[in-house]
Amino acid sequence: MDARARRTLAILALLAVACSLPFMLTNFRLFQFTQVYVYAIAILGLNMLTGYNGQFSLGHGAFYAIGAYVSAIMMDKWNVHYAWTIPVAGVLCLIVGFLFGLPALRLEGLYLALATFSLALAVPQILKYFEHWTGGSQGLVLSKPTAPFGLPLNPDQWLYFLTLGVLIVLFWLGANLLRGRVGRAIVAIRDNHIAAEAMGVNTSLYKSLVFGVSAAYTGVAGALSASVVAYVAPDSFDAFLSVTLLIGSVIGGLASISGAVLGAMFIQFIPNWAQDISKAAPWAIFGVFLIVFMYVMPFGIAGAIRLLWIRMQRSRVALSPKPRETAAT
Amino acid sequence: MSALLEVRDLEAFYGRTKALHGVSFSMMAGGITTILGANGAGKTTTLRAISRMVRTAGAILFEGESIEQRATEDVVRLGIAHAPEGRGTFVHLTVEENLKLGAWGRRDRGGRDEDFERVFGYFPVLRSRRHQVAGTLSGGEQQMLSVARALMLRPRLLLLDEPSLGLAPMVVREIFRILRAVNRDAGVTILLVEQNAALALDLADHVFLLETGRVVMEGPSEDLRKDDAIRRAYLGY
Amino acid sequence: MDIFVQQVVSGLATGSIYASVALALVMIYQATDVVNFGQGSMAMFATYICWAMLNAGMPYWGAFVATLVIAFVGGVAVERIVLRPVENAPILSIVIVTLGLFVIFTSIAGWIWTYVQKPFPSPFPSKPLKVGNIFFGAHDVGQIGVTLIVLVCIYLFFRFTPLGLAMRAAAHNPVSSRLCGIRVGWMLALGWGLASVFGAVAGMLVAPVLTLDPNMMGGVQLYAFAAATLGGFTSPGGVVLGGFIVGIVENLVGTYVSFIGTELKLTVALAMIIVVLLVKPTGLFGTTIVKRV
Repeated sequence: MDARARRTLAILALLAVACSLPFMLTNFRLFQFTQVYVYAIAILGLNMLTGYNGQFSLGHGAFYAIGAYVSAIMMDKWNVHYAWTIPVAGVLCLIVGFLFGLPALRLEGLYLALATFSLALAVPQILKYFEHWTGGSQGLVLSKPTAPFGLPLNPDQWLYFLTLGVLIVLFWLGANLLRGRVGRAIVAIRDNHIAAEAMGVNTSLYKSLVFGVSAAYTGVAGALSASVVAYVAPDSFDAFLSVTLLIGSVIGGLASISGAVLGAMFIQFIPNWAQDISKAAPWAIFGVFLIVFMYVMPFGIAGAIRLLWIRMQRSRVALSPKPRETAAT
Repeated sequence: MSALLEVRDLEAFYGRTKALHGVSFSMMAGGITTILGANGAGKTTTLRAISRMVRTAGAILFEGESIEQRATEDVVRLGIAHAPEGRGTFVHLTVEENLKLGAWGRRDRGGRDEDFERVFGYFPVLRSRRHQVAGTLSGGEQQMLSVARALMLRPRLLLLDEPSLGLAPMVVREIFRILRAVNRDAGVTILLVEQNAALALDLADHVFLLETGRVVMEGPSEDLRKDDAIRRAYLGY
Repeated sequence: MDIFVQQVVSGLATGSIYASVALALVMIYQATDVVNFGQGSMAMFATYICWAMLNAGMPYWGAFVATLVIAFVGGVAVERIVLRPVENAPILSIVIVTLGLFVIFTSIAGWIWTYVQKPFPSPFPSKPLKVGNIFFGAHDVGQIGVTLIVLVCIYLFFRFTPLGLAMRAAAHNPVSSRLCGIRVGWMLALGWGLASVFGAVAGMLVAPVLTLDPNMMGGVQLYAFAAATLGGFTSPGGVVLGGFIVGIVENLVGTYVSFIGTELKLTVALAMIIVVLLVKPTGLFGTTIVKRV
C-alpha cells in the first residue's frame, strides 16, 4: 500500500473515532472536544499566515472576536439563523483581514507582531465601547441551536457534528490551497521574499490575500464558538486569547495542517491538566510544559512526528538491500 | 620538527551534505601553504573546519594537540587567527574597535599599543581611518582591516580566505607583499585559500589542490609553477 | 503653566520606568532577535525579593543593591539554563519559552506572596520639593535621578570597557566575535543579567506608586513596548528617549483630555505604537537594516 492510501486510511480511521465520540462521552467532555475543533480552525487560520507565509500575528484573537460578535449580533438583534451567520462572519473577516493586510505589508517580523498585539489588546475596550450593539461588559447571551430535521441528537451532540463538519471542509480546502501552486507561492514568500518577487510572484497581493483567508478561517471559528458557548463577552477576547492561539500554533507545528488540531488539543486540555497537578500554581506548571515542549519539539508536535517518520524511513532504506553502484571505468 | 598543523582524514558536513571527503595534510611552522581549487572544491570549508565553524569528522591537530572537540573561540585563543570569507568586519564599530576586538583572544593583553603600531605600519591607510566606522571603508580597506584584525591576535597560524576577492590588482599585490613580510618578520605560519593561483603560487612554498572535497595534488609550489604540463592540466593556464 | 511643568516632570518620572524596561527588552532583542515577554514578570519577581528583604529588616539601599546583584545573577542563570537549550530553535519557539517564563514567574510570585497588593516603601521623602512656585514629588525626582545614574553607568560600560565592547560585538556579529575569541554564549548571558538589572530597578522604583502585586508590571511592559517602538528597536538611546516621550504624553493626555480615564490611557499607548509603525516602523531613531541578497 502506498503512502497516500495509507494516509487516507489513517484519516478515515480517525474520523470514524471522532464520529463515535458523541455517543460515548458526557456532554461536558463533548463540549470540550467541540471547543478543540473550534480552536483547530482558528489555529489553522493562524498557521497559514504565520507558519506558511511567515507573517507574525500576535492578534488573531481580534478576528476570532469579530467572527463571534458578528454571529452573536446577527442572532441576537436580527434573529438570523445561526447557520447563516457562519459564512457571513467568514466573508466579513476575509474582507477585514485583507484590508488589514494592506498596511501590514510594510511591517516586518517584530513590528507586525507588535502592531497585531496592540490591536488584540484594544479589542475588549472597543467591544465595551459600542455597548448598544455588543451588550457592553455584560455581553450577549445566546441560545444553543438544536439539531435540525428532527435528528435524534441533543444540542451538544449536534454542535459537535456541525463543528466537525465545518472543520473537515475547511481543512480539506486549506490542504488543497496550501499543497498546490498557491501554497508554493505562499511558502516562497516566507522563505525568500525578494527571490519570490524576482520570480514573478505578486508578493503584495498574495500576502494580503493570505491575511484575508487566515482571518476568515479564524472568524468562522469565532462564529462557531458563539453558538458552542452560547455567550459572548468582551473579556473572553482579550490579548490572552491571541497569545493562546499563537501557543497552540507553535506547539502544534507552524507550517502544518494536522498541527492545528494537535495544538488545539494542547491549549484546551493542558491548562486543565496543569490545574490537576497543582492547585496552588497551575500556570507555573503550564509554563514548564511550554518550555519543555519547546526543548523536545522546537518545531512543534507535527514537526517532531515528521522528523520521526523521516528517521524511520531512513533506517528502513538502510536495512533493505540496494544494488551496488559500480565505479565508472 | 613536528608539524604545527596536521589534518588527518578530515570530513566536513553542512547538514547532511558531505563537503570534504577525507582531506589530509600537514604544515610546518613558518611556512606558507596555499589551497587552490575551483569554486565548491572545499577550500573555504577546510579553513572553517580548522576554525570549528562546521561539523567535522577526522583529526585536526594543532601543535600536537587535538582540537576537534573545541569551540571556535577556544581554538582562536590557542593562537589560530582566521580572516574569513566576506571579511567579517564589525561594520557598526570603528576601525580601532575592530582591532581591539582582534586582540581580545590573546592571553597576554600587554603590548597592545605596540601591536597597533605594527599593524598600522603594515597598513598605513588604517591609521588615517582609525576612528571611522568600519562599514564606511572601501572593500580593499576592509580586507586590510580583516587581515590586520587577525594579526592583532599575534597568531601562530593565520588562516586567510580569498584575500584578493573583489579587489583591484594593485591593492592585492600590496596585501600579498605584506603577508610575505608578516611571515618573514613575525614568523607567522600562513594557510591561504585563493582563487588567484598565480599570486598564491608566487607567495606560497607549498600547495595543494582540492577538487570536490578531495586532495588531488600536493607538493612544493615550485613544481607547479615550473611544470607547464601539470599547471595547465590542473589550473588551466 | 505650573501644572504643565509638574505633569511633564511627573511624565518624565514614569517615562524613566518605561525607558528602563524598554532598554532591557531592546538589549536582548538586539543580541538574539527575540523579545523577552517575561521581562516585566522577572522584574516583578526581583521586586518581591527586595520586599522580602525589607520585611526582614534590611535597610533600603542595602536591599536595593542586593536585589540588583540577585537580579543580575538570576538573569545570567535564566539565560544559561533555560534559554541555552533552545538557542538554535526557530524564533517563535524561543518566544514561547519567554512566554513560559512570564507565566512561571507570575504564578510562583502569586503562590509565594499571594495576589494581595502589598505596599512598597520609597527611599525618598514624602515631602514634596519646591522649586519656585512648583511642587515636585520627591519620589518622581528620585525615579528620574536613579534611572539616569543607571543609564549613564551602562553607557560608560558599553562605550569604554573591553567587556562592553565585546558584548556589543557579540550582539551584532556573533560569528566574527567567535573568531576574535569572544565567548558569545557568556556575552549573551551577561546581556540577560544586565537586562534583569534594568528590570529590577524599574520594578523597585515603580512599586511604591503602583503597589506590589504579581501583575504589577503588565501595564508597564506594554508602555515599554510603546517606548521601544517609538525610539526604534535598534537604538538604545532612542529607546530611552522614547520612554520619556511616552511617559510625558501619557501624563499630559491623562491630564488635559477629559474623557481619557485609566482604561483608555492604555489605548493611547497602543495608538502610539500603531501610528509609529505605520509612519516609520523602525522608530524615530532606528536604522533600517539593509538586507543583502
